[in-house]
Amino acid sequence: MLMKTSKKRRWRIKEETVMENFLASLFTFQGFAFYLFSFLTIILFWITVMSNNVLYAMTSLASGMVLISGFFFILGADFLGVVQLIVYVGAIMALYSFAMMFFDATREIKEKNTNGAVVFVLGGLSALMLVLMFAAPIHSESIQALYPMHEGVGNAQDVGIVLFTKYLVPFEVAALMLLVAMIAGIILAGKKMDQSLTEIMDEDAGEDEILTQKDEK
Amino acid sequence: MIGLSHYLIVSALLFSIGLIGVLRRRNLLMLFFATEVMLNAVNIAFAAISHFYNDLTGQMFAFFVIAIAASEVAVGLGILIVLYKKHGSLDLDDLATMKG
Repeated sequence: MLMKTSKKRRWRIKEETVMENFLASLFTFQGFAFYLFSFLTIILFWITVMSNNVLYAMTSLASGMVLISGFFFILGADFLGVVQLIVYVGAIMALYSFAMMFFDATREIKEKNTNGAVVFVLGGLSALMLVLMFAAPIHSESIQALYPMHEGVGNAQDVGIVLFTKYLVPFEVAALMLLVAMIAGIILAGKKMDQSLTEIMDEDAGEDEILTQKDEK
Repeated sequence: MIGLSHYLIVSALLFSIGLIGVLRRRNLLMLFFATEVMLNAVNIAFAAISHFYNDLTGQMFAFFVIAIAASEVAVGLGILIVLYKKHGSLDLDDLATMKG
């Protein structure tokens, strides 16, 4: 009985310190920004995953990505944050919204969902397993910085030096990959760009016509 | 103070949200959105580890992840448009053609 109460008290004390830590970190700039951004991104990405409307999902995904660039700015990765804003929010989301012209975006998506509980259990368990797998080596203390950051040098300079000396070959390969992806995107999406898709869909024969034309080529 | 584990927990939460989306969605476009969520979650973990270990490697990998995501979207959307032209829908159940 005595043990039980002391355990309970210890637990309560621990809970209080956790609460105090939370409150103390909430009133620092970094802590407040962290909790705000994480709360908002989790809600926005939840909407992205659960919404039945493509436009809602896309809008919440874009705003979630803006907030994620906020995380990068807090963490001192200024260049990464700017790249996130330009590439993700500027380019990728613009690409999605252009692609939205091809699909009927206003229609509610009807999906035959698999059993929700199964999905939640499977998703949660595999995410937990992945986290454990990746967190296990981090716990070791022997990690040393391979390319340490320099004091008094801006993040962009630091990143530039490491990117163009140590990671030059991967950088060029990534550039080549982007070129290949661009050509592939143009060739895949650009065919029959001059014909209206909806008109083709209205005619029953139109669909087969496209296929036969493609085969002839 | 906010430590590395805070960021990793947020990243894991976002990653599992994306994973739930990938398992749950049947529409290909929404599946792409869920993949983007997962990639972003991993980027947060990379940036956080890079900050707390004072190492630039994490940021480098985050850049490459962003480049891969960009090319994935370019090719993937092209394929989606071709599929939509061919089948008139993006539902995975409609696209299943290899029924035994």
